[in-house]
Amino acid sequence: MSKFTLNGNPVEVQVPDDTPLLWVIRDDLGATGTKFGCGIGMCGACTVHLNGRAIRSCITRVGDVAGADIVTIEGLDPAGEHPLQKAWIETQAPQCGYCQSGQIMQAATLLADFPDPTDADIDAVMNGNLCRCMAYPRIRRAIKLAARELRAGREAEA
Amino acid sequence: MNKFAHWQQQARPATRLTRRGFLIGAAGAGVTLAFLPEGQAAATDPDAAAAAGVFEPTIWYDIDGDGIVTVNIAEAEMGQHVGSALARIVAEELEADWSRVRIRYADSDPKWGLMVTGGSWSVWQNFVPLSRAGAAGRMALLEAGARLLGTSADRCTARNGEIRAGNRAVGYGEIVRRGGLGRTYSADELEAMPIKPPSERRLIGSSFDALDVPAKTNGAARYGIDARVDGMLYGRPLLPPTRYGAVVNGIDDGGARDVPGYVKTIALEDPSGTVPGWVVVLAESYGAALAASRRVSVDWTPGKTAGVGEADLIEEGRRLVNAPDGGSMVVDDDGVQAAFDGAAETLEAEYTTATALHFQMEPLNALAYQAEDGRWEIHTGNQWQSLILPVLAEALEVPEDRIVMRTYLLGGGFGRRLNGDYAVPAALAAKAEGRPVKLVLTREDDVRFDSVRSASVQRLRAAFDADGAVTGFEHHAAAGWPTLIMAPGFMPKGVNDEPYDPFAIQGAVHWYALPHRLRAITNALANDTFRPGWLRSVGAGWVNWALESFMDELARSRGADPVQFRLDRLLAEGDNAGSAPNAVGGAARQANVLRRLRERLAADGPPPADTGIGIATTYGQERAMPTWTACAARVHVDRNTGKVTCRKLTLVIDCGTVIHPDGALAQAEGAALWGLSLALHEGAAFEAGQVRDTNLDRYTPLRMSDVPELDIELVDSTEAPVGMGEPATTVVGPAIGNAIFDAVGVRLRHLPIRADAVRAGLASV
Repeated sequence: MSKFTLNGNPVEVQVPDDTPLLWVIRDDLGATGTKFGCGIGMCGACTVHLNGRAIRSCITRVGDVAGADIVTIEGLDPAGEHPLQKAWIETQAPQCGYCQSGQIMQAATLLADFPDPTDADIDAVMNGNLCRCMAYPRIRRAIKLAARELRAGREAEA
Repeated sequence: MNKFAHWQQQARPATRLTRRGFLIGAAGAGVTLAFLPEGQAAATDPDAAAAAGVFEPTIWYDIDGDGIVTVNIAEAEMGQHVGSALARIVAEELEADWSRVRIRYADSDPKWGLMVTGGSWSVWQNFVPLSRAGAAGRMALLEAGARLLGTSADRCTARNGEIRAGNRAVGYGEIVRRGGLGRTYSADELEAMPIKPPSERRLIGSSFDALDVPAKTNGAARYGIDARVDGMLYGRPLLPPTRYGAVVNGIDDGGARDVPGYVKTIALEDPSGTVPGWVVVLAESYGAALAASRRVSVDWTPGKTAGVGEADLIEEGRRLVNAPDGGSMVVDDDGVQAAFDGAAETLEAEYTTATALHFQMEPLNALAYQAEDGRWEIHTGNQWQSLILPVLAEALEVPEDRIVMRTYLLGGGFGRRLNGDYAVPAALAAKAEGRPVKLVLTREDDVRFDSVRSASVQRLRAAFDADGAVTGFEHHAAAGWPTLIMAPGFMPKGVNDEPYDPFAIQGAVHWYALPHRLRAITNALANDTFRPGWLRSVGAGWVNWALESFMDELARSRGADPVQFRLDRLLAEGDNAGSAPNAVGGAARQANVLRRLRERLAADGPPPADTGIGIATTYGQERAMPTWTACAARVHVDRNTGKVTCRKLTLVIDCGTVIHPDGALAQAEGAALWGLSLALHEGAAFEAGQVRDTNLDRYTPLRMSDVPELDIELVDSTEAPVGMGEPATTVVGPAIGNAIFDAVGVRLRHLPIRADAVRAGLASV
C-alpha cells in the first residue's frame, strides 16, 4: 500500500511496492496523460514531477514515492495554460503528440533551473526525451518562448 | 515496353470514390452531406432518403443547427494533422466559418470504402472529392439561403458561414434550422461542380492551427494505449524465438502464481496464422502482468530461421542482385543491353542498408472484447483497417461485419501500424478468456515484433561510350517485400510479367534522361525471418541511398559538378515530360527544385576544412504522384574519431498546392530529420533470428542535440496537391553520403554510416 499526493489530491493504492509508478498513475489512478515508451527511463515519455523534480515514472517504484507530491501533465496547470503549454500550441510543436506530456514536464524543470536557457542548456536537459516525430526544432522554440513569457511575468511582478 | 506506359499500371489502393451522386438531407438535428451509393442516380426525396439511411456509404460531413460543421475523418491521425488539412479543404469550398469547423475520427465501417492511411496519399486522394463535397454544400446553402432572404441565389454570396445578400445575411445554422436544404446532385453535376480558382482561396494555403494540437499539450489526447473497458484483463505477450514456425511445448508459470493480480498464462490458438507460438500472460493490472511475465518460462521449438543473422540477410541480397536472372524487371528501356555490350568503360557499385526499426513512441497495443450484441470491438490505433479486418475475422472465426475497429490517435505510425497484426493476439486472448483483454507490448516486445524495414542490397552499373558519355544505367535492388507478404493484390507486374512490390522499388524509376534498366528482387530469407514492413517513405527511403549516391559517383567520375550533372539529365521530354493533373511539368519541376536549392546554397559560403556539401534529389515516392524534392547536407567529418556531424540541411520541395503550410513544414522538418536519423543514428541487426537492438540502450534515434540547422523552402504552386509526409526522408541519406565524400574523399556505401566505417575509409584514401 502506498500513499502520496497526485496533482494535489491525496491518493492511496493497494499495489505491491515494486510496481512502477507509471502504471499506478495510468491504470489505478486513471491519469493517462503520462505515457509508456521504453520502460527503461531512456525516452522520457513517462516524465512526471516528484516534489517538483522531473523523474521517469517507468523506473520509479511506487513504494519509493510514499508521502511525495507527484504532479503529472494533468496537474501542471489547473487550466492547462502553463506558459509551456501555451508555447507548445503557439509553435505547433506536437505531431503525434505521444511524447509531449513528458517533454513539457521535463521542460518545466529545465526552466526552473535555467530561466534563460541557452541552446546548450536545452540540449543537456532535453536530450533524454525522445521525440520520434522529430519535432525537436519546435520544442526548442517553444521552450525559449515560454522562458520569455515567464521572465516577463516575473519582471511585471517585481 | 517503355517506362511511362508501364507506370500507368502502377497498382495503388483505389481512391475512395468512383462516380457517385451526392445528397444533402435532414438527418437528426442537422443536415448531412453524403455521396450516394454507387449506381444510384439520385434520391427523389433527399430528406426521406436521409431519414431512411440511404446515405450509406460515405457520409462526409454534417452541419447542425448552430452552424457547426463536422467533417468525418477516415484517415489515421498520427502526427500529420490530417484531420485539419482535410477539414480545411471542405471548409474552403463550403465557405465555412473555420472557427465552427470540427473533426470526428471515424471507426471502421464499410461505408468509408478502403480505409488506409499511408503513402503520403491523404491530401492528394481527397482534395478533389472533398472540394466537390464542399462546393455541393455551398450551392445548396446558397439556394436555401436565398429563399430565406427572399432573393435569388445568383444575388447571394457564401462567406464565412453565412449566405449574404447586400447587407443582409443568414447563417448556415439558421438555414439548417429552418429546413429546406434537401438536394441531390448527379455524378455529372458533381463533376461539373465549380471549384474555386486558386486566386479565390481564403482558407487553403493560409496559416492556421491544427485542430488536434491543444489536446496534445494537456494529457487529454486519447491513444490506443489509453483505451479501457470495465472488467478488462491486461496482457503482456511472451514472444516466440522466431517470427514464424515456433511451437509451444510447455509453459511453467509456477513462479508467477504468487504475484498479486496474476490470472493465468495462455498459448494462443490462431486460425489466421498471424502470431504463431505466442503466449500471453494475463493479470488484473498491467503492473501485475509485467511482474508475472518475468516469472513465466516457456519452452518453444523455434522455427527454421532461428539462426539467421544480419550478415545472412545481406549475403542473400548480394547473391540475388548479382544473379543475372530472377526478380521483376520494372523498367527495361531499349538499348540498355547494347550500351553495356559496347561500352568503352563501365562503373559499378554496391550499396547496402541495415535493418531499420519503426520505434514509434507508443508501443503496440490493442484492447479487444465481444460486446453484448456479439459484435467484436477492437480498440487500437491503426493505419490500414481494411487490411487487418479480414485477418481478424479469420482469427476470431466470425464474419468481418461482426468486427468494428474503434479509432484512436496513433502515438506514431511511420508505417508500423499499416500492418495491424498486433490486434490479433489481443482478440485471440479475449476470445479464449471470454473477457476483454488489453494487450500492451513492452518496448522490447514491440521491437522484436516490429515489421522492420528490411536490410537491402543494391547493385548499380553505368556504361560509357568512347566519349565518356553515359549510355546505359542498371539498378538491381533486393530486399524483403512487405506487400508480397501482406497485400499481394497491390503488386503490379514488371515488363517480364513478374509481379513486384511497388513499395520496395518506387523512388528508383527516376526522371533522368538515362537509358534505364531496373530490377526488383524479393529476398525470401528476409520474408521468412521477419514480416517486412512499410517504413516512412518505403522503397524511396532506401533505393535513393543507392541511386543518388551513384549519381554523385557518376558525376564525379566525369569530373562534373553533381548539381549540373543532374540538371543536364532532368529534361521534360518523352517519358519524363510529365502529365496532368498530378505530374505537370515532369522533370522540369525536379530541375527547378534543384536550381532553387543551388541558389539557396549560394548564401552559405564555402565550407571550412573537413566539411563538405552533398546533394540529392528525388521525386518523393511515386511517379504518378511526384513530390519534387532536393536536399543539400552540410557535414563535418572528424578525421580522428570518424564521427560525422550534420551541420545543416537545406531542402526545396515542390508538392503542388499546400493546404496547411505549417503542417506541411512540420512534416518536412520531421521527415528530413528521420532521414538524418536513419543515415547516422539508427540501424539495427538481426541476430539468431531476432532483432538484436530492442531498446534505446542500443537503438539510438536522433536526439535534440543532434538536430542541425534546417532551411526548408516549399515552392509556391497551384498544381495538384501531392504528398508531404515522407518525401523529405528520401533525400537526406544520400546527401550525407555525398557530403562526406565532398569533405574527405571517402565514399561510403552502407547505411547507417558509422564512425568506424569512416575511419576505415580515411585509412584507405
